[in-house]
Amino acid sequence: MAELTLTDIAKHFGDAAALKSVTTTMRDGEFLALLGPSGCGKSTLLRLLAGFEQPTKGSIRIGDREVANAASRLNVPPEDRNIGFVFQSYALWPHMSVRRNVGYPLEIRRLSKAEREARIDAALAATALEPYGDRMPSDLSGGQRQRVALARCLVSDPTAVLLDEPLANLDVALRASMQAVFSDFHRRTTATMVYVTHDQAEAMAMADRIAVMNNGVIVQLDTPEALYARPRSRFVAEFIGEGAVVPLTGATQSDTGAEATLLGARLKVETDTALPAFACLRPENLTIAETGDIRARVERVTYLGGRYRLNLTAASGEALVTQSATRLTPGDQIGLALSAPWAFAAA
Amino acid sequence: MSLVATNSSSSRSEGRLLSLALALAALITLAPVARLFLEGITAGGSLNLGFFTEVVAKPATLSALRHSLVTAGLGTVISVLIGGTFAFLVALTDLRRKGALVFCLMIPMMIPPQITALSWTQVLGPSSVFLKTLGLAPPLGAPQPLYSSGGIIFLLGIQHTSIIFLTLRAGLRAIPQEVVEAARISGAKGFRIWAQIVLPLSLSSLLAGIAITFVTALGNFGIPAMLGIPAGYSTLPTLIYQRLASMGTTVLAEVAVLAILIGLVATLGILLQRFFQRRQRVHLVGSTGQPLAIPLGKARLPVEIALWAVICAILVLPMLGLLATSLVPAYGVPLRLDTISLSGWHEVLFRQPVTQRAFVNSFALSISAATLLMALCLPLAWLMDRHKTPLGRAFDSLLDLPYALPGVVLAIAMILLLINLPFTEATLYGTIWIIFLAYLARFFAVMFRPVQSSLRQLDPSMDEAAQSVGASLSRRLRDIILPLSAPSAAAGAILVFLTAFNELTVSALLWSSGTETLGVVIFNLDDSGETVMASAVAMTIVFVVMFLMAVIQATSRRLPKGVVPWQN
Repeated sequence: MAELTLTDIAKHFGDAAALKSVTTTMRDGEFLALLGPSGCGKSTLLRLLAGFEQPTKGSIRIGDREVANAASRLNVPPEDRNIGFVFQSYALWPHMSVRRNVGYPLEIRRLSKAEREARIDAALAATALEPYGDRMPSDLSGGQRQRVALARCLVSDPTAVLLDEPLANLDVALRASMQAVFSDFHRRTTATMVYVTHDQAEAMAMADRIAVMNNGVIVQLDTPEALYARPRSRFVAEFIGEGAVVPLTGATQSDTGAEATLLGARLKVETDTALPAFACLRPENLTIAETGDIRARVERVTYLGGRYRLNLTAASGEALVTQSATRLTPGDQIGLALSAPWAFAAA
Repeated sequence: MSLVATNSSSSRSEGRLLSLALALAALITLAPVARLFLEGITAGGSLNLGFFTEVVAKPATLSALRHSLVTAGLGTVISVLIGGTFAFLVALTDLRRKGALVFCLMIPMMIPPQITALSWTQVLGPSSVFLKTLGLAPPLGAPQPLYSSGGIIFLLGIQHTSIIFLTLRAGLRAIPQEVVEAARISGAKGFRIWAQIVLPLSLSSLLAGIAITFVTALGNFGIPAMLGIPAGYSTLPTLIYQRLASMGTTVLAEVAVLAILIGLVATLGILLQRFFQRRQRVHLVGSTGQPLAIPLGKARLPVEIALWAVICAILVLPMLGLLATSLVPAYGVPLRLDTISLSGWHEVLFRQPVTQRAFVNSFALSISAATLLMALCLPLAWLMDRHKTPLGRAFDSLLDLPYALPGVVLAIAMILLLINLPFTEATLYGTIWIIFLAYLARFFAVMFRPVQSSLRQLDPSMDEAAQSVGASLSRRLRDIILPLSAPSAAAGAILVFLTAFNELTVSALLWSSGTETLGVVIFNLDDSGETVMASAVAMTIVFVVMFLMAVIQATSRRLPKGVVPWQN
């Protein structure tokens, strides 16, 4: 088990910069999700950690050991890093049985046959695959294949496990149960796990901390709760959770808290900066009330099951989102009461 | 992934292995071509284009060049007519038994040209056993109609029909069915769909096919040698052969110029083909999964009968002629139940030391070429795919040259390269090694391309997964890459074997007593009037070819796309 440290990492493919400057530490034993839209550099970051790619700049440490350093041209190859990797495509070897797939890392490490068999059995048991040991990968379902891939990376006690969108090829129902498999696996092994995904629900459900990435940099690294409640940039506020970002003006601080003008009203806001410029309005910040501070028109009503999502236009022109328990009709005028929204500085 | 110098053991050992394999492959394939090119510009030791122009201006050269261009050009026209018709009908309409049709149309491509020529001369002409048996033979002394430029053109056309068919069909398959369906919904019918939608969209692949067919026909040696030499009609390849056969290596400088001349024309064709091939990748959006099947309606049965009749005429008929000749006791005797005899077969397969030696030589040459090329191409293709270096890319674009260039060009290049081994008095000319090295150069692409296309379709995470669990380069090659690409490598090896086993053009210029190949033996037997024995050897080869093709065909379902050349 080990801490992963990246120092000023950049990666260029030709002229294109996939990663610009990433400095971060993945703590020993934590489950960290790399979350971002496609093309943000999250998979590149993972492949740098694994050693499949070499950084153009910066250095990477796994525990005490430096494994890559662009300046000194050090690059420990993947096979010498003792890292587990779970691929989106599972990457099971189609010409080997499930047992051989799982046991292959041990073959490489020249373990005795008896010990190999014992550890394969343990890995198959941990992933509930005992009945499938002698099957070929082509005879398995998608979820079973991903469990074999997990067993294969579990069997050799890696210092860290890297997962590259491992659930992207599975259907929705299977995804939920596989999330439980990964979470259990993490709790039992306490391995450092880095999990790449573009699905925020997946990241929220499993991760201890989430690194939100955009355009080759980590824009915010925080717990899921902090990312939702206290985004520090417009990108994170809009990418995580539902809601609207609106500009605010005239922010003042006093003993009783901060106040600012937004949507044409003077309101209390939550903030930790002296000069906030935007507020993040989650659906739960907006309550429908005829006596509310703000007037808005209903634009679209979407039934979510048990409740409705309302897309609104405020009188001052901004688009807002809230939820209601009853169906409203597009064109309805409603009043909204605002509870103190989170305000932040960066665009 | 650039190949930067790192002190990582794996990347470094991969880089070293790549450089080594690349150097070896470049030496095998490109050194002869480079040597020939050098000869062309420095004949006589210094930069000297005077000798080049002098040889080119000779009347014999000019007439051979004209003959080459005329036969290759008109032969290509025939190939386009037959191959194009087949390709359009098979790719677009609801014909039945398309698979069998395609397989039969592919056989002419795999049958060596000298056997095609031999079999056709057995169907036509005054001494045809086949015609005699049917009582249709022209009177003795009547000319063999195939010993003429027309005969060469006709057979070149048949021989290369499959090339047009394959390239055109590949282009047609890339046309999304929606495009044609949209035309039909808009009310277009039959000829109109073909002329206004299909033809414009497949024109690039048709032109690419025409260019490569022309180059192949230009380099063909077997057909003009068997048909043209008796008629005193020389093309560039046969002129080179005749000069070298009669004068020996004293005319090496002169035939090198001829080889360069034909190489230049061929290179032009290859460049054209690449240009059109690239243009073919236009932006056709839509699914191409379902093959088109425009109903032919009432015309279907007549069309099917016509197509199968053509197959009969270009495949079955000559084979029957060949078989008939191989089964008579002496050439000229009609085949009847009481004259049928296996003595030709027996003589050739069990008695003649030359043919037995040729069988041994051809088997040994083609098996060892296939094995060695497999051992070299597998790691090379994989490393080139993983590490995209400028050198690798350059080699990738040049490695087809020894196969695409006419065989005589390569043969002359090999002689120039190996007649005096550098730093020694030794020569490889006249030994079996020069043929072997020429085969390695010529069939490198035949092995490399299928392996490459299968490795490209291999999910890179297969290898990365093994890497992440600690497998070293050699382990990964052995445990992951080799087993996963083995079927394609085997198919490639069979193709190399098939082509090398039948090969005539290269060995015709490189053989000497004791190193005859099967192609040479057929040619020599026919040349010396032993047509019955020549037919028996040819028939044997045809059986081997069809058997090996059937083996590949039977396993083709399990091969990745692009491995079996007649199933792109």
